[in-house]
Amino acid sequence: MLVEALVLSAILFVIGTFGVLLRRNAIIIFLCIELQLNAVNLSFVAFSRYLGIDGQLFVFFVMTVAAAEAAVGLAIIISVFRHFEAVNVDNFNLLKW
Amino acid sequence: MVDVLFFVFAAMAVGGAFGVVLQKNPVSSLLFMVGTLGAVAGIFVLFEAHFLAAIQVIVYAGAIMVLFLFVIMLLNLGHDYKADIRSGLGAFVAFATSGAIAGFLARQFRGAADNPIYQQFPGPEGMDQLLAEQGIVGAIARPLYTEYVVAFELVAILLLVALVGAVALAKKRA
Repeated sequence: MLVEALVLSAILFVIGTFGVLLRRNAIIIFLCIELQLNAVNLSFVAFSRYLGIDGQLFVFFVMTVAAAEAAVGLAIIISVFRHFEAVNVDNFNLLKW
Repeated sequence: MVDVLFFVFAAMAVGGAFGVVLQKNPVSSLLFMVGTLGAVAGIFVLFEAHFLAAIQVIVYAGAIMVLFLFVIMLLNLGHDYKADIRSGLGAFVAFATSGAIAGFLARQFRGAADNPIYQQFPGPEGMDQLLAEQGIVGAIARPLYTEYVVAFELVAILLLVALVGAVALAKKRA
């Protein structure tokens, strides 16, 4: 079942990449990044079944960092929305106001 | 039985992922994402990672996705989908890049099942024994508070910094 899980993880990661590049809504881009993180977590868990518990600890830390990233990212999106009245990423490509 | 469940959850996860990418309404995208996370949590259970499956459902599908939902509703984005999905050159770049990554990963997986490295993997018996001795939570908690205690404390500080940063960024400028 290990190889099947790794293939599923690769498929989810590619779909996430596709979504990041295809969409313009910053919130959907964030969701797709979470999808990519989850795909990697799936690989870690699949390997940890055979190679020891450390993979699951890595997943634990990845989830924590993902939570922190989502909180800060959404705060940035709110701040950008106040300025442009939209969350379209084409509006903010200059890294400055 | 386990194999059948794996493919059911895998189909749910992939279908949900396509829903996330292709739905125009951000709220529908988000609900598809919750489905995908639930399916991946099911696969975690099949790999005996029960603690992580619970965390995935409670923290990811529960807390983080509700945070996204709050922001979507706060910004009133439920009915503003014009020019969201890229077309023309943008769509071509998206297809080309993800196709290239998919091709690269597919090359890695060709003949992966009989790659000699998988023959050297220990079977799942070692993990079964560890889980039987220490319990599902104990097996994770013991290394978390011994070997990985520095990383654990750093992550706690990271969460505090993220909390303060989020409040500072999102509050109205005086």
